[in-house]
Amino acid sequence: MNRSLHIILNCGVVGCLGILLALAERFLDGYSIQILNLVAINILLALSLNLIYGFTGMFSLGHAGFMAIGAYVCALLILTPDQKATLFLLEPAYPWIEAAHAPFLLAVAAGGLAAGAAALLVGIPLLRLGDDYLGIATLGFAEIVRVLANNLPRITNGALGFKGIPAYADLWWNYGWCLLGLLIVVRLLGSTTGQCLKAIRDDEIAARAMGVDAFRLKLLSFTLGAFFAGVGGGLLASLLTTIDPKMFLFTMTFNVLMMVVMGGLGSVTGSVIAGAAVTMILEWLRFVENPITVGNLTLPGIPGMRMVVFSLLLIAVILFRREGLMGTREITWERMAAWVRRGRTA
Amino acid sequence: MKALVEARDLTMRFGGLVAVSEFSLAIPKGAIVGLIGPNGAGKTTCFNMITGFYRPTSGQVVLDGQDITGLPPHLVCRAGIARTFQNIRLFGNATALENVLVGMYVRQKTSWWQSVVFWPAALREQETQRTRAMELLAAVGLTDMAAEKASSLPYGAQRRLEIARALATGPRFLLLDEPAAGMNPQESQELMAFIRRIRDDFDLTILLIEHDMKVVMGVCEHIAVLDYGVTIAEGSPAAIQANPKVIEAYLGEEALAHA
Ligand SMILES: Nc1ncnc2c1ncn2[C@@H]1O[C@H](COP(=O)(O)OP(=O)(O)OP(=O)(O)O)[C@@H](O)[C@H]1O
Ligand SMILES: [Mg+2]
Repeated sequence: MNRSLHIILNCGVVGCLGILLALAERFLDGYSIQILNLVAINILLALSLNLIYGFTGMFSLGHAGFMAIGAYVCALLILTPDQKATLFLLEPAYPWIEAAHAPFLLAVAAGGLAAGAAALLVGIPLLRLGDDYLGIATLGFAEIVRVLANNLPRITNGALGFKGIPAYADLWWNYGWCLLGLLIVVRLLGSTTGQCLKAIRDDEIAARAMGVDAFRLKLLSFTLGAFFAGVGGGLLASLLTTIDPKMFLFTMTFNVLMMVVMGGLGSVTGSVIAGAAVTMILEWLRFVENPITVGNLTLPGIPGMRMVVFSLLLIAVILFRREGLMGTREITWERMAAWVRRGRTA
Repeated sequence: MKALVEARDLTMRFGGLVAVSEFSLAIPKGAIVGLIGPNGAGKTTCFNMITGFYRPTSGQVVLDGQDITGLPPHLVCRAGIARTFQNIRLFGNATALENVLVGMYVRQKTSWWQSVVFWPAALREQETQRTRAMELLAAVGLTDMAAEKASSLPYGAQRRLEIARALATGPRFLLLDEPAAGMNPQESQELMAFIRRIRDDFDLTILLIEHDMKVVMGVCEHIAVLDYGVTIAEGSPAAIQANPKVIEAYLGEEALAHA
């Protein structure tokens, strides 16, 4: 299939998405729109972790940390100085924190850049470690970020966090950033540099023998993944309008990791499908936390129950379909064309 | 003749074990040189020192007059040295074409972000990389298998793919670690012609480790023999076959039978 046809088809998909979003905005209720927003953010988050773990083979558990950095930086920049003056109850904010202000686009980008900078800083020493160590060390990094958020009251307002963050993150922003992330990651993975990322994942020794500067490329993938994790955190802050350190516990990383594993380590389309599916399933599972009446029997609602059900689902995936929904496969226009052709001849 | 590559007194110690001791070899440009010796003699260790995977305990590696001792593997490769592995190390999940593309990366001029933003020079370079990779696959006779997963290729094809991938890095000096391992007599016969052909076509200098004496004697112009890390002999194939130390250490009756 030639390139211009690809571009036309891709533009078509983006156009359809635009129409669907406009319709959703006009006809859906607030709750459904909220879920659609979460879908976009979660796809972006899953994609960013998949780049790091699924495509480059670096087992990183630091996503909640990068998201927290993005969320705090973005929130601080879109909260007005007046809001900040009333928000910081424990101790007043530093003057430069209170004065800082930026439009939403720049605020989200700054959140991503801050997360990327943090990734560069921790990546330089950590990425020389082996796989298991990297997981533990990045987990520690995320915890450090959370502790800092708790204990720097003049910057983060401590355990209280922020409330009343302007709710700019609507469908357009969220899907816009999500598409940008997809475009960049897909373009990168399709390039020769992207081949090298996968080569490092498959056999780092062979990759280095072939002249691939594995450390540099791992740092690139780690930083780019962290950038989009920061962007996702910033969007989430504005979508939920409140953030506090408790939000960025390990469960946050775990949720994203689940999407990546379920979709398939090393599949962009897998992350898109799983990001959307997991978000909806998690919402839908809320019913198990409410009291349920079956006949004259009333089961009490158990908080946290949906995570139990969800973890069971994950275990089932690992037991019965280790490689996730897609494995390392992708749904491409070529494959769809092949399906259509096969369907016609059958 | 001027040496393209020179190993000077390379010594590699692992704790108490001296795997290679004062290994010296000067390889003239355009030569095909063999490195032989019994199992565990230290041949692969020599490769690992030359290609930057091991930092020699002492000694130097000199490429075209430039000291490259202790450079990391990717810089050694950029300097013009490529290798294959004793136990084939392909990127199993990737296609044959993609494997070769990885080899092209080290000579890539445009940066990753330029491909991301559709920069014309990057798109053009990606096109030429693909064309060049297909040419290399053709050179090793794998055109039909370009889209196959590397791990699904037959054994001999995997060996040739590994060579194509090494050629993609644009080497001046190529190290082959047991290229004939696992090949049947006919395949190794073809391999000899193949090695000579790539030497001529790609303007290479080749150092190869090989246990198959027919291949070594048939293709190498010069041979060095290692035993327990010590170079016990060096010379032309005929001289090596006649050398009593070599016969005692390694060749035995097998080589006499072929001679
Ligand atoms: N990284 C290492 N650590 C410790 N010992 C090593 C290491 N690499 C090689 N050796 C030892 O060095 C010696 C030489 O090994 P090497 O792999 O170079 O032999 P070889 O000549 O390639 O043998 P073969 O023909 O079996 O491939 C062996 O005794 C081996 O156990
Ligand atoms: Mg060996």
